Amino acid sequence: MTISKDKIKIEGLTGDSAIAHALRQANLDVLAAYPITPQTIIVEDYQRFAADGEINAAVIPVESEHSAMSACVGASAVGGRVATASASAGLALMWEILYVAASMRMPIVFTVANRALSGPINIHNDHSDGMGMRDSGFIQLYCQSCQEAYDTTLMAFRLAEHHDILLPVMVGIDGFILSHNVERVEMLPDDEVEKFVGVRAPVDPLDPNNPLTMGPLALTDYYFEFKEQQDRAINRVPKVYKEVEAEFEKITGRKYGQFETYKTEDADIIIIAMSTMGGTAKVVADVLREKGEKVGVIRLKMFRPFPAEGIAKAVGNAKAVAIFEKAMSFGAAAHPLAMEVRTALYESKERPMILDFVVGLGGRDVPPTTFVEGIEKTKEYLKAGKAPKYETLGVRK
Amino acid sequence: MTESTPVLRHPMSKYIREDRQPFIYCSGCSIGIVTGMLARAIDNLGIDINKTVIVSGIGCTGRTSGYFKTGTYHTTHGRAIAFAEGVKIANPELEVIVVSGDGDISAIGGNHLIHACRRNIDMTVICINNMNYGMTGGQFGPTTEHERYSQTSPRPYGNLEHPFNLVKLAASSGATFVARWTAVQARRATKSIEKAIEKEGFSFVEIIGACPTAYGRMNRLGDGVTMHKHLLEVAEIQNGLPPHEAELDYATKIICGEFVNIEKPEYTAVLAEMQRKAKGE
Repeated sequence: MTISKDKIKIEGLTGDSAIAHALRQANLDVLAAYPITPQTIIVEDYQRFAADGEINAAVIPVESEHSAMSACVGASAVGGRVATASASAGLALMWEILYVAASMRMPIVFTVANRALSGPINIHNDHSDGMGMRDSGFIQLYCQSCQEAYDTTLMAFRLAEHHDILLPVMVGIDGFILSHNVERVEMLPDDEVEKFVGVRAPVDPLDPNNPLTMGPLALTDYYFEFKEQQDRAINRVPKVYKEVEAEFEKITGRKYGQFETYKTEDADIIIIAMSTMGGTAKVVADVLREKGEKVGVIRLKMFRPFPAEGIAKAVGNAKAVAIFEKAMSFGAAAHPLAMEVRTALYESKERPMILDFVVGLGGRDVPPTTFVEGIEKTKEYLKAGKAPKYETLGVRK
Repeated sequence: MTESTPVLRHPMSKYIREDRQPFIYCSGCSIGIVTGMLARAIDNLGIDINKTVIVSGIGCTGRTSGYFKTGTYHTTHGRAIAFAEGVKIANPELEVIVVSGDGDISAIGGNHLIHACRRNIDMTVICINNMNYGMTGGQFGPTTEHERYSQTSPRPYGNLEHPFNLVKLAASSGATFVARWTAVQARRATKSIEKAIEKEGFSFVEIIGACPTAYGRMNRLGDGVTMHKHLLEVAEIQNGLPPHEAELDYATKIICGEFVNIEKPEYTAVLAEMQRKAKGE
C-alpha cells in the first residue's frame, strides 16, 4: 500500500542532497569517497549526518578516487553495504577498480554527477564519464529529476545486492543541472526505507570462520568462465529491476521503467535522449504537437544493460529516430547512444531513419531550440531520403 | 596634442597573461602572493621565461600555471609532478617549475612527490599548503590538522586523522633542497624559490597559506588579513634546522627556513651519462 502522505517528508533538495538522504536512509556500512565537483556535496551532507549521529556507517575520505573504489571493493568483500560517489576525472581514476568491482561481483552503489572528461579541464555536464565506463560491467541508471535520483539510489541497493545480480550500480545525475539545482523531493520515512532496502545478505564474503581467496589468477583455464557468469548476471537485471521497481511503486506510486515513453504511439519522429535532456525533449514534443507535428520522446534510464528489444518495440513504425546525446566516441561507427539504438533497430522490419545529434559537450547548454533544430533537420533528411551519419549541434565550426 | 593617461602596470605583469585577469582567487587568499613570489624569483634570476615551463595540478593553486605567460600545463588532479618529469626528461634544457596545492601534491599525487624526490630530478615544486581542499569547498585532506573542522569533518568532532609534515616527507624522500615559509614572508620565500630554481636537483618549497573562504571560515580563524597576520606571528625562522624538527602547528608555531640543501647526482644528468656510455662515447 502506498505510504500515507502525512508520513512523507517533502523538501526542496538538490540532486546531490537527495542522494545523500537516500544514502543516509539506506543504512550503509561504509562510504569511501574523494572530493570532486559536482559530486562533493553528497559526501559533505553525508558527513554532516555522521557528525549528527544519524548514521552508523564508517566514512573513509581517502586520498584519491582509485583508493575510494578500492576501499569500496574491500568493504563489499567483507559483506558490507557500500556506496561511493564521483564524477569525470575522478571516475576515470577509478577505472582499474571499476572492472574489478564488477567482475568480482561486488554490490556497490556508485552515484555519479556526470561531468565532462579532461582535457581541457571542464567541470560541467556531459556523459563522457558514464559512457567511458559503459563496458566496465556496472549497471547504469541515468536520472531525470532529483526525485528520481533519490528513488533510484534506494532501488540501486536492492538491484546490486540481489543474489541473481551481485553487480555494482552506477546512478547518474547530470552535473550541476541536477546535482546543484533544487527540486521538490518526497522522502520516505526512515523505517519504510529500512523495510524496503533491508539488510544485505552477502554471498561468500571474506569471513574469518570460512576463509576464501578472492581475485587470484584465472588465466586461460578459468577467466573466460568468470566473464560468462558476469554476462549472465547483467542480463538478469531487467527482470530483477522490474520486480524491485514494482515493490517500490507499491509504497510510493512512482516508477520509471528501463526507459520512459512520451507520446510515442503515433509519433512520426521520436527523440531519444537521456537524463535531464529528457525533460527538455518532452516540452519540445508538446510544443511541436500543438503545431500538428507528431513528435514523441523516449527518455532512456537504463543504459546498461541496454533495453534493445524494448526500444525497438517502442519506436514501432516511426519514420525517424532523432538521438540527442552528450558524448562522443571518437572515430566510432556511431556515437555511444546511437550505436546502441542503431543496433537495437537493426532487426526491425521497417527500420526508421536514424539521426545522431551530439550536443552539450562540456556543459554547453542544450535549450529547446537545439531540439527544434534537430527536428527541422530530421524533416529535411526524411524528405531527401538520406542523412549524415551524425551531426554536432550548438558548436562553433 | 592629446594627453595620454599613464597606465599603471604591475612590474611583474610582463610574466602574466593579463587577458586572463582577474585571478579566480578569493579575496584574502595566499595564492596570488605566491604567484607574485614566483614571478619575482624568475625576474630576479633573469632566466628566460620562454624556457621556463610551469606545471600545475587541480585545485585553486592548480589555476596558477595558466596565468603565466610561458609554456604551461594545467594537468589532472595529482599528476603535476609526473607531467613535469616527462617535460624535464624529454628536454632537460627547460626550467621546470611545479606550482600546486597540498591536496594535489600530497594526497592524490603523494606518490609522485615521494618518487620525484627519490629520483632527484631537477625541478622546483612550490606547494601552497592551505590545509584543505579549497576548490571543492573545503574538505579535509592529508595536511589538515587533527580535530580541525572542514566540510567533511564537521563539528563537533572534526578531523580524525593526523596531517603530513611536508618538509619532513620531502626531506626523508630524498629532495636536495627543502624550505618552508609562510605566505607573508614574501622576500625570504622568494629568495628560497630562487635557490630552488637554481638548484640542480629536486627542490621542494612549501608555502603555508591562508584559505579564509573555506578553512578559515570553518575553523573561525578570521578573514584573510587576520590569517596572514597570524602566520607572521607564529612563523619562527630556523634556517638549517634538521628537517625532522621542522614542526608545524598552525595555532602556535610554524618553523620556517631552509632545511635541506645537499648535493646528489641529478637524474637527467645521470641518464644522459648512461646513454653516452651505452653508445660507447
